[in-house]
Amino acid sequence: MNDLIRRYGVTITALMCLLVAFWLVMLVIVPNITLFEQSFRPYLPVVDVGGPKDVYSLGNYAKVFDGSIERSIFGYTYIIPVHVMTFGLTIWYSIVVTVACFALAYPLAFFMAKIANPKSLPTLLLLLFIPLWVSEVLRAFAWWIILAFKGPLNALLLALGTIDKPVRWIVDYDGVVIGLTYTYVLFMLFPIYNAIQSLDTNQIEAADDLGAPWWKIHWRIVLPHAKPGIASGCVMVFMLSAGSLLVPSILGSTTSQWFTQTIDQWFKDALDWNTASAYAFILLLLCTVFVSIALKVFNVKLSDIAK
Amino acid sequence: MHKLRITLARLYMGLFLAFMLAPLVVMSGAAFNDSRLPSIVPWKGFTTHWFEAMINDGRMMTAFGNTLIVALAVAILAVIVGTASAILINSISGRVRTVLYSMMISTILIPGVVIGISTMILWTRMGGLLFEPGQKLWPFIPGLHLSVLGQVSYIAAMVMLLVLARLQSFDAGLEEAALDLGASHAQVLRRILLPYLYPAIGAGGAVAFFQSIENYNVTQFTRGGMDTLTVYVFSMVRSGVTPAINALAFLLIMVTLVLALIYEINRRRLARIESAREAEARRATALEEAI
Repeated sequence: MNDLIRRYGVTITALMCLLVAFWLVMLVIVPNITLFEQSFRPYLPVVDVGGPKDVYSLGNYAKVFDGSIERSIFGYTYIIPVHVMTFGLTIWYSIVVTVACFALAYPLAFFMAKIANPKSLPTLLLLLFIPLWVSEVLRAFAWWIILAFKGPLNALLLALGTIDKPVRWIVDYDGVVIGLTYTYVLFMLFPIYNAIQSLDTNQIEAADDLGAPWWKIHWRIVLPHAKPGIASGCVMVFMLSAGSLLVPSILGSTTSQWFTQTIDQWFKDALDWNTASAYAFILLLLCTVFVSIALKVFNVKLSDIAK
Repeated sequence: MHKLRITLARLYMGLFLAFMLAPLVVMSGAAFNDSRLPSIVPWKGFTTHWFEAMINDGRMMTAFGNTLIVALAVAILAVIVGTASAILINSISGRVRTVLYSMMISTILIPGVVIGISTMILWTRMGGLLFEPGQKLWPFIPGLHLSVLGQVSYIAAMVMLLVLARLQSFDAGLEEAALDLGASHAQVLRRILLPYLYPAIGAGGAVAFFQSIENYNVTQFTRGGMDTLTVYVFSMVRSGVTPAINALAFLLIMVTLVLALIYEINRRRLARIESAREAEARRATALEEAI
């Protein structure tokens, strides 16, 4: 800090500190504390706000357990609250998306980092960046066109003779998973690519010379080295998927519901901001827990993720 | 065996690129199809009708304008805040640094839904405390300015990371020299540090701009009746979509392509210059050794 003052003087240093304080306090900490506080207040008509009925309670959180439905899985029938199920399915399908992104991205990241011609690499990266610069809503919309019942994908597969009659792609969570995977796969690709790039190729060649089969080279050398990149990619993809509102809304079917959509409905349709706060806080909690677990499992620090 | 594997890898690379780019091709194609629904099958003939429809769609044009204003505001604010944070983080150490740095990064991981709702609640409640009900004033009402603040809260972190990466290779001795030679504090900042950071600041500004255009989650909760392009396109997809959106998407993709092309041509030119310079240096060394 003294160093800053010596270099840039008191005024500029104070200004910088003020800017940082404005960001972290006014845009991050205080809003989240307000959200937390609001989530314990009941939803009341305007005249009653601040009155005797306006007391803190866990009522908004308890709404998660309202309205049960019957579901059966593997022939076993059970009763589960709707929102708990939505929450569980959101986590589950976010994990599915994360795994799918990893499976798609890892071979490509390895290819780009170790096999592809370094001269053509910048062009390749640029080509991959183009979809990233086209906005998310348009990419989801593009898949909405492609996956339509009378859309190009069915037409193509029919013409190739792969299928006999059109397939409904947007059923249950299928459309959502496809859309999310497409949208976020690059957030998995680039961190892993960066991590593998720093691996010394000699290590791979040494293992190869010593007779290690290709899968063992990956398992014992490349994967451990790429661990920080994989952790970073997994955290990013999971968080973005679980927090996405656009893709599940556009590519969702009548039977799919994402947790963010539930929050959105409390906020926009029910106009119950307090319950929406409670649900948003649950989502925030889930994300914190997930990141902590991922950091523990992969044994990396939060500051490594950001690279 | 090895050859086969490389061929397979190339094939996979090609398929992956097709997977990434095909949706953009389909979307662009649908902009020219003379069909009321956006699709490329069945093909009903070539038309540019949807581009006229797009220009005549006043709401879409307003939304487009709003998007640009918001993105510009976010880029400016995020660059200022992000650069200041990077300089601050770079000059401190120990526990304070760790805590501040972790807090800054964690903003990237907060779901947009949470940012949107929390920003909205904070500012409207502050308005409720300061004013009588019914006469709330700007900035305590919902609107795009709240979207800007919400978006800055996490986009600033991205700018911070980019600037910080460049700062780490900065030679602080340059500033010392300038101070010794009698430069003022403002001059050191303006003439020495900032020019060095410009590439990172520029990249940060571009990232912030595009991130802001992309943003839906934060905007959706804070916009208060105003449209941005993302919000408008979303509402169109939910309720009666026409290929006018495809026309717009086609134009946006073209802009992206042109920018990418300029970047690529420039990169190749620089690479050529670089390799020519290297060749010359090699010749010079060889000549020196010969003498």
